[in-house]
Amino acid sequence: MKATCWTGVNRVEVQEVPDPQILNPRDAIVRITSTAICGSDLHLYDGYVPTMEKGDILGHEFMGEVVEVGPRARAKVSIGDRVVVPFPIACGACLACTRGLYSCCENSNPNAAMAEKMFGFPAAGIFGYSHLTGGYAGGQAEYARVPFADVGPLKIESDLTDEQVLFLSDILPTGFMGAEMCEIKPGDIVAVWGAGPVGQFAIASAFLLGAERVIAIDRFPYRLEMARTNSGAEIINYEDNDVNNVLKEMTGGRGPDACVDAVGMEAHHGMGLIHAYDRVKQATRMETERPHALRQAITCCRSGGIVSVIGAYGGMMDKFPIGTVMNRSLTIKSGQCHVHRYMPRLLEHIEAGRLDPTFIVTHRLPLDQAPTGYETFKHKEDECVKVVMSP
Amino acid sequence: MKARSATTINASADQVYAQWHDFDRLPTFMYHLESVQTTGDGRSHWVAKAPAGSTVEWDAEITDDQPGAMIAWRSLPGGAVDNAGWIRFQPAPADQGIEVFVELEYSPPGGAVGKLVAQVFGEEPNQQLADDLRRFKQIVETGEIARSDGAPLGTRTQNQLHQHDGHPLEREDVSA
Repeated sequence: MKATCWTGVNRVEVQEVPDPQILNPRDAIVRITSTAICGSDLHLYDGYVPTMEKGDILGHEFMGEVVEVGPRARAKVSIGDRVVVPFPIACGACLACTRGLYSCCENSNPNAAMAEKMFGFPAAGIFGYSHLTGGYAGGQAEYARVPFADVGPLKIESDLTDEQVLFLSDILPTGFMGAEMCEIKPGDIVAVWGAGPVGQFAIASAFLLGAERVIAIDRFPYRLEMARTNSGAEIINYEDNDVNNVLKEMTGGRGPDACVDAVGMEAHHGMGLIHAYDRVKQATRMETERPHALRQAITCCRSGGIVSVIGAYGGMMDKFPIGTVMNRSLTIKSGQCHVHRYMPRLLEHIEAGRLDPTFIVTHRLPLDQAPTGYETFKHKEDECVKVVMSP
Repeated sequence: MKARSATTINASADQVYAQWHDFDRLPTFMYHLESVQTTGDGRSHWVAKAPAGSTVEWDAEITDDQPGAMIAWRSLPGGAVDNAGWIRFQPAPADQGIEVFVELEYSPPGGAVGKLVAQVFGEEPNQQLADDLRRFKQIVETGEIARSDGAPLGTRTQNQLHQHDGHPLEREDVSA
């Protein structure tokens, strides 16, 4: 089959590789009909996630048709089912899964010991996302093996299009969880750093969950415009504005009640010197993160407010403003999205027309053109927000 | 040489006890073992894998057996290596699964056999036992050992620096 393989920093190639096969009794094989490039794939592409091997198949946002099912998954999935596959691989049986913490599944990461050394305790396996999260082949390919197929894949039985449901695999639930962690109460103002695909969905979800106002912060005018037209967000371009001051002014001097970091480890900063400091430390691997957005979200948040972190981080950051967190009674909430927990209710929202995730799609490509997709997305060329590929 | 490890398993004490008590199936998650055969009267014959295709063998007997609570065993005189082990089960607070504690103890003999035995149990016996226990938990909770394209044999710390690419394997690699 054809698959998008990571072959080095800033390099992906579509290669011919063996077809996946059932390895365990609860596996299924899915023939992929739509697959997307995620912002977090760019962290792999850019070389900031350790434990990548040349040849690893990328991709953790995919959907398709079940073509083979292991004997112990047959009660729940059948050949021919149309499914969306959640990016965390979860067994459904451990204590984490039974508490709804699917991205912390205790059983799905074969490289758990490696992850344990890095994080203290391991997290779940993830498709196509380095060997730290299991070394699973990803879904930017013609086929994928899906472990615990009786737990993860969400069956789509209505005639919704691929683009309407594909993002249930990751970014829609991730954005929704980012908003949910804000514990939005009537009158709340939520600020969202990053108007990429996850940020767009966090903004839409914050409104859905009752936020009075949502403020989007980014540096690309076309992304800010998308947040304004599609969700009704107010916007701040951080390249032209001092975000702290503008946010204070917009919120009557209080600060937003909740701040969402939908940026993660490769943030940019309006202030050259601080950006250069983190850029150098990250490049020399003295610091794995470049966390301006998170620092700013913490500083800007109203006293007693919530900072919700859904941007991806992998390791250590410098200059963490713990004094701000402590002295102003902030709460930080975070997590890789527990996708399984949110899929059914978000599908209901889509079916009822309360959410339409298709507005973020700007580029549609055949799988063959994955390298172009990565370059376009990375450099935000051609007003790129989201790339969807068809094998 | 002692190894200890602990985990919490989301199952009943009886289930966890029964699965460990099935000594013949220990090699499915204890990768240094080639086979264990129970021979009746609480006795069993253990064969461990050693380098270059050789094996290390011994007989053992159960010395303490409390259903749902603990199992202890010890090798009988005359085997290649004196060893003993126990596993203890206790309910986690508020019924949140069963806490499992395991301890293994080996007294490798001197000389060439001793070296062989030391290789069987690895340079980091605690890590090896932790891997065993992780696979045991996977089997009890999910019925299978998590396997990926990069780690087709599942959790195995010693293999983690030498992973396959994360792309599908040829048939022969899977059975290897």
